[in-house]
Amino acid sequence: MSSGYDESTDNIDVAPGDEHLEAGSLAQRVGGYLVGLGLAILLTATSFFVAGTDLVWQPSIPVALVVLAIAQMGVHLVFFLHISTGADNTNNVLALAFGVLIVILLIGGSLWIMANLNHNMMPMDQLMQMQR
Amino acid sequence: MADTTMAHFHGDPHHLRSLEGSGLAHSGPAAKRIVTGYGFWIFILSDMVMFSAFFATYAVLLGQTAGGPTGRDLFSLRNVAIETGLLLASSFTCGLASIAADFRSTIWFQIAMAVTCALGLGFLAIEAREFADLVARGAGPTRSAFLSAFFTLVGCHGLHVSAGILWLLTMMAQVFAKGFRADIQRRILCFALFWHALDIIWVAVFTVVYLLGSAK
Repeated sequence: MSSGYDESTDNIDVAPGDEHLEAGSLAQRVGGYLVGLGLAILLTATSFFVAGTDLVWQPSIPVALVVLAIAQMGVHLVFFLHISTGADNTNNVLALAFGVLIVILLIGGSLWIMANLNHNMMPMDQLMQMQR
Repeated sequence: MADTTMAHFHGDPHHLRSLEGSGLAHSGPAAKRIVTGYGFWIFILSDMVMFSAFFATYAVLLGQTAGGPTGRDLFSLRNVAIETGLLLASSFTCGLASIAADFRSTIWFQIAMAVTCALGLGFLAIEAREFADLVARGAGPTRSAFLSAFFTLVGCHGLHVSAGILWLLTMMAQVFAKGFRADIQRRILCFALFWHALDIIWVAVFTVVYLLGSAK
């Protein structure tokens, strides 16, 4: 690479956020960000369109929005944070996978537990009457 | 650099050199840029775990409006679309700034960072106006559990953006005063990670809070 950091001559790992050492010229790197920006704009515009339209079957909208959001997060990770599947990225991907596991457990677990509690709890007005 | 030369000097008793390129070879401790970036990556992931707790809280409290306004009554999708555009554009210019830093172009780095800062401030201004408007309409964080969760989640993201802007200005000043030294380059790497991560969290915010909140 024509640019350089004095230290990263090691080609076994790459820092998260850094592009691969053979990432290429200035034009190629700016082009990468432009592709990311284009995809992100496309996905965002689709999300806003789907949320406001009557053209789509209504019950499918929440699922569509979630899928579009996850896709856009993927675009950001690949094109802006340069998280790739290369061997030099294994550590970064493993850390990310662990983070995603915790996030899923936390959100999914909270919703599950609270829905279960709501389901099993006596309605509030009955509870108030019993305490009278 | 020094460790790799050392390793070559002492020969290669375990024939690890033949593994080079397969990702299995070891040539001593990783460069400081990789270690620093990785550590900051772990911090960002823990920050995302914290945000996921706020998201879970928001999702659980979504229906607890205490007879007050719901998201559908309150949110203006036009504002949110502008905010999203500003933050996405700022993520792009932040990427340009890190390329400029790699190529050691002070002028382009400062220009890209200044644009990033302006876009971030625009985002914050719109968000502040939205919050002030909600409070003025009697839909402040004290109105209902739903609104408490809303202000906590979105406000926490706004605080992160504010902190990011302070950090951004610090980096502009440091590059101005000290140039692209290796340690400054590492800080720029961490800043770029932070700023892009904020945009990822905003994707979740505008989808879960605003789009799903105002859908029928």
